[in-house]
Amino acid sequence: MGRSTYSLTVPSSTRYLEAVRSFVEKHTVEAGFSNRSVEQFKVAVDEACTNVIKHAYRGDEACKLDVSIIIFSDRCTVCIRDEGQSFQPREYHEPDIFELAKKRQAGGFGVHIMRRLMDHVEYTSEGDINEVRLTKYLDSHNQNGVG
Amino acid sequence: MSNFSVGFRSGSSVEVLDLNGELDAHTASELEAAIQKCRDEQKHRIVINGANLQYISSAGLGVFMAYIEELRDSGGDIKIAALQPKVFNVFDLLGFPMLFDIVDTEKEAIEKFGVTQADD
Repeated sequence: MGRSTYSLTVPSSTRYLEAVRSFVEKHTVEAGFSNRSVEQFKVAVDEACTNVIKHAYRGDEACKLDVSIIIFSDRCTVCIRDEGQSFQPREYHEPDIFELAKKRQAGGFGVHIMRRLMDHVEYTSEGDINEVRLTKYLDSHNQNGVG
Repeated sequence: MSNFSVGFRSGSSVEVLDLNGELDAHTASELEAAIQKCRDEQKHRIVINGANLQYISSAGLGVFMAYIEELRDSGGDIKIAALQPKVFNVFDLLGFPMLFDIVDTEKEAIEKFGVTQADD
């Protein structure tokens, strides 16, 4: 099965999120995803990168994050790789927006959004390298919003 | 360079914020500053006009979350209008329509505060 891979490396700063979204949009459009799926990829990848910038690297702009897009015949996987603090998905709980509003808390929904928008979200850590892999199928029946 | 801006339009009792561009973890601080400005000027009744908002991530949603209780405690609110469908869908993913009034037009949002546009 043929596949194409595209890679982008950016400094760990939120100022590069727009460039990452443009990169994801270009290649998922070329791969034949619907406008809806393209928007879903953009949001999910943005959330993953924001988590790396804020939590794995804790705002250290000297660090880099790698974004790779792998296009298969039936799906696309976007891998976001970092060498920062690893994320433990088992420690993650679904957000309760009413509770968060009471606490005046501004964050904590990124993982929830990724899981709702993608067909698969996987976290791996090997040595110093952490990776989140976001996969969506071309014929995805994921009807969750966005797009 | 920031691809996001906030415009302010003051009525007699409601402040309308026009959001333009893309709201993400980089630009969310600009929305936060805009809402803080309203709060500092005792303008607690805020309508967000999202007609020109092209994109939002959870960092943008978080700003609304962080201020809604405080504004409501002060007798105000944030009402959200005219979102593009792709932006509304991000709000919807997290159940925001249960926590915020999200309506189709700015006029409806202002009326939710119990005033008509002629009054304002």
